[in-house]
Amino acid sequence: MTFKQRSILPGFGLTLGFTLTYLSLIVLIPLSATFLKASSLSWAAFWHIVTSPRALASYRLTFGASLIAALINLFFGMLLAWVLVRYNFPGKKIFDSMVDLPFALPTAVAGIALTTIYSTHGWVGRYLDSIGIKAAYSPLGVVIALTFIGLPFVVRTVQPVLEDLDKEMEEAAASLGANRWQTFSRVILPSVAPAALTGFTMAFARAIGEYGSVVFISGNMPMKTEITPLLIITKLEQYDYAGATAIAVVMLVFSFTMLLAINLLQKWSSRHHHSGGTPEVVEGEALHAPVYAEA
Amino acid sequence: MKRVSLMLALLFALSLSSAAQNVTLLNVSYDPTRELYQDYNAAFARYWKAKSGQTVNIQQSHGGSSKQARAVIDGLEADVVTLALAYDIDAISERAHLLPANWQSRLPNNSSPYTSTIIFLVRKGNPKQIKDWDDLVRPGIAIITPNPKTSGGARWNYLGAWGYAFKKNGGDENKAKEFMSKLYKNVPVLDSGARGATTTFVERGMGDVLIAWENEVLLGAKDLGQDKFDIVVPSISILCEPTVSLVDKVADKKGTRAVAQAYLEYLYSPEGQEIAAKRYYRPRSEAVARKYGNQFPKVKLFTLAEIIGDWQKTNKIHFADGGLFDQIYQPQ
Repeated sequence: MTFKQRSILPGFGLTLGFTLTYLSLIVLIPLSATFLKASSLSWAAFWHIVTSPRALASYRLTFGASLIAALINLFFGMLLAWVLVRYNFPGKKIFDSMVDLPFALPTAVAGIALTTIYSTHGWVGRYLDSIGIKAAYSPLGVVIALTFIGLPFVVRTVQPVLEDLDKEMEEAAASLGANRWQTFSRVILPSVAPAALTGFTMAFARAIGEYGSVVFISGNMPMKTEITPLLIITKLEQYDYAGATAIAVVMLVFSFTMLLAINLLQKWSSRHHHSGGTPEVVEGEALHAPVYAEA
Repeated sequence: MKRVSLMLALLFALSLSSAAQNVTLLNVSYDPTRELYQDYNAAFARYWKAKSGQTVNIQQSHGGSSKQARAVIDGLEADVVTLALAYDIDAISERAHLLPANWQSRLPNNSSPYTSTIIFLVRKGNPKQIKDWDDLVRPGIAIITPNPKTSGGARWNYLGAWGYAFKKNGGDENKAKEFMSKLYKNVPVLDSGARGATTTFVERGMGDVLIAWENEVLLGAKDLGQDKFDIVVPSISILCEPTVSLVDKVADKKGTRAVAQAYLEYLYSPEGQEIAAKRYYRPRSEAVARKYGNQFPKVKLFTLAEIIGDWQKTNKIHFADGGLFDQIYQPQ
């Protein structure tokens, strides 16, 4: 493979130049400013800040709750996408639009609404409370908020793939003797897996950075329900810019490594699934999956 | 969004200021002063028009106190700042050098034209019999107060409790520390701001007692629902001194020093003091204080200087990373 592939349409230089400039302005320069600011600390001071027990507790909560929320969204997102694609029922269009609401809603509104419902006097919270489960102001509350804001990702990435999936393939599988489970796990699942993984990654990444909704429902107790973005804000409130960026750098490196790992996994899984001889119709679909920006 | 609308307001303001008879000021303030400055700005505009013939147009910006200070440090062109803590204005002086370090001595009463204090709000009928700071540390009491690391108001709450324990134990810091640790063990939620804590107490029904600014509680008494809550005034509390200052470099650049200076000085005038009292801030003027004496509960007040010292010292001992507040949650 050469650096520049031959193409029918011209414009490689122009588009590459544009891409690089654009990415630099929007992503690279602001992020490198973070690293620059953090580098005003000595290595020992940096290490002391980012490994303080409170920071470690907040990483555990942020990454743990984000992972759980993304897994919940992976499962229920696929379920939702399936129902929305395969079945017809009255009000389907309305349900379909509702999926996007978590994007449109200001996150503070989401946080306040969720807290109202899940606090011990709320509609749902009081029943959970009576069986001994504390939803709001606990790590569970954080998971609930993160699940809410990550809901659309898996649904919207898997939906178009399912729509393009030929029914004939399932029928073929069935006529060749596959039972229902085999049809699902050997035919459908491999086709939607890359898209689902993309959705999962986006939901996970979105959850790690979430601040607005979580601070209302978590209770913000140090060592218990304090998320990393809150710790950063706390440091800023004390004019501790270097400390705040130190924690931010850790989040950046963590997030980037994880996203890279998931991307590699995705590549590996689609190549793996290629050699398995399953149809390649859906191969490119993950690329066409819609990409959403934070609302 | 707030930033964008501010920028627009500024652009608009700049285009206006080309007309010589018009002048525009930007007052960057904290959250609970919204109603106060709404009234005061109108009064000052009338006063200034009569005095100098100039029409003054005052823009307001409100938000968390230290967030507002950061905006000024980062370049928001405030002619004057009116913030919750002297510490936040110190930060502007120290980090951006927009005003001299001795700013607090330039106006009477340490540049604090009005004051407030910290009191309690409890459920109607006071079912848990909360009367004073001591009752807060009883087991089984749930206290709602925001996080002092992110909220200016919460720092005053914390210092009110600290001052009580410090004075009661004859200045024994270890006993006071013990008291604070017991008190914060009773706090189930640390909201990031004062308004958030009020919501948690009022709307979510969390907690037995809310620790809050006196001016917020008195101003909001009607909205909060008088049939649901009672106001409890502790035996002693802290004198909260929100401070104001001219931002010299910005005012000089914009050529607004004279009017900005007058804007702050007029806060100390009888009319300015009366407006503050009407919005439930305790006035400095004794005459006005007598006139509005009935609306403020009688409580013995101590100052920050009596119990700790200045804000730099307070912050270092109590609120900085690894300080006393952190030690409550993370014993060292």
